[in-house]
Amino acid sequence: MDGVHDLGGMEGFGAVDVESAEPVFRHAWEARTFAVSAGALGAGGFSTPMFRHAIERMEPGHYLTSSYYEHWLTAVATLLVEAGMISHRELDDRAGGFPLSHPAAVGAEDVDAAVPNDTPRFEVGDAVRVRDVQFAGHTRCPRYVRGRRGIVVRVDPAAPIPELEAHRGERVLDPNYSVRFDAAELWSDVSEANACVHVDLYERYLEPD
Amino acid sequence: MSGDHLHHPHPLSDVEQRARALEELLTEKGIVSAEFIDRVVEAYAQDIGPMNGAKVVARAWVDPGYKERLLADGTAAIAELGFGGPEGGHVVAVENTPQIQNVVVCTLCSCYPWPVLGLPPTWYKSPSYRSRMVSEPRAVLAEMGCSVPDDVEIRVWDSSAEVRYLVLPERPASTDGVSEEQLSAMVTRDAMIGVARPE
Repeated sequence: MDGVHDLGGMEGFGAVDVESAEPVFRHAWEARTFAVSAGALGAGGFSTPMFRHAIERMEPGHYLTSSYYEHWLTAVATLLVEAGMISHRELDDRAGGFPLSHPAAVGAEDVDAAVPNDTPRFEVGDAVRVRDVQFAGHTRCPRYVRGRRGIVVRVDPAAPIPELEAHRGERVLDPNYSVRFDAAELWSDVSEANACVHVDLYERYLEPD
Repeated sequence: MSGDHLHHPHPLSDVEQRARALEELLTEKGIVSAEFIDRVVEAYAQDIGPMNGAKVVARAWVDPGYKERLLADGTAAIAELGFGGPEGGHVVAVENTPQIQNVVVCTLCSCYPWPVLGLPPTWYKSPSYRSRMVSEPRAVLAEMGCSVPDDVEIRVWDSSAEVRYLVLPERPASTDGVSEEQLSAMVTRDAMIGVARPE
């Protein structure tokens, strides 16, 4: 989905605010939430793509104004409520209001089944173009590379397709690649010189160039 | 630190109330145990952090054979030193040279090689870093105090799939004869993300 989480190349966020000597957890609740989330994701059998998509489904304003661990808190609570393991009312009653993520815009029936593939079609040095495809559900194809041309620099082991794991609960393998994009291909006349960006992409996102 | 959030001296913030609500609900229902929570917090607060990655880097600086294995198969070389686990299933080490500065980002979420670097700092997870590091890396690096000469190529790695990246910084000059342990103390988290260069 073209959500606010897909941040690559967006403008207007200002300078990176670096806090020196920052502790691992800045507040006790962050540490507790990290661990509670790890336990709940395991207990509920929620996959990483399901978890990531629950974060992506947050109200955009809430997403941009809340911390990483608040994303986790909101997403894990959302998954648990959707699975019927806890109720939204229980959370609301205890916390005095507990905002959850929006429901998914796509269901299992909206995602085509796929055949597992662990035989890479491309090799290092191949020129590829990222397919310009819109998808309202979970994807790991960042918006800023769609339609762009790059070169395969590494072939990685096949991995489960995020779209299918998030929405159909199926782990279907697809080859992975690291693709190098010249800065000028991505950012045209405002690009910096002597820079490139590598993005790790599933084969289904790519076509020969 | 079990339960210390139950005894805050100040009124709980909204998010603290939500975090407490979820933790209490899940422990009461037996979905997550308090022991599990304590164990995970302790591991990531104390044992899993950039000191692990620093050992990997220092070993690569003193042992050419190890460096070769690290660059060929990061996951296996890191496992040689006893590190691995969640978010470390496939680690790729990328080497800085006088002509190449590598830097890591995750534009879609905040992927990070936990077994070697621990959990990411706040700035790494910020919309500013995630949006700008791919479109204006040289400017962002300079703002962060890491000026990269124009003739040095900047290679950004957006960890958008399964691979997690570890930057292998250049060994600082004038460190001949310095022990591996002393070298590891010189390796910073920021250098292993790629936003700092050794002096």
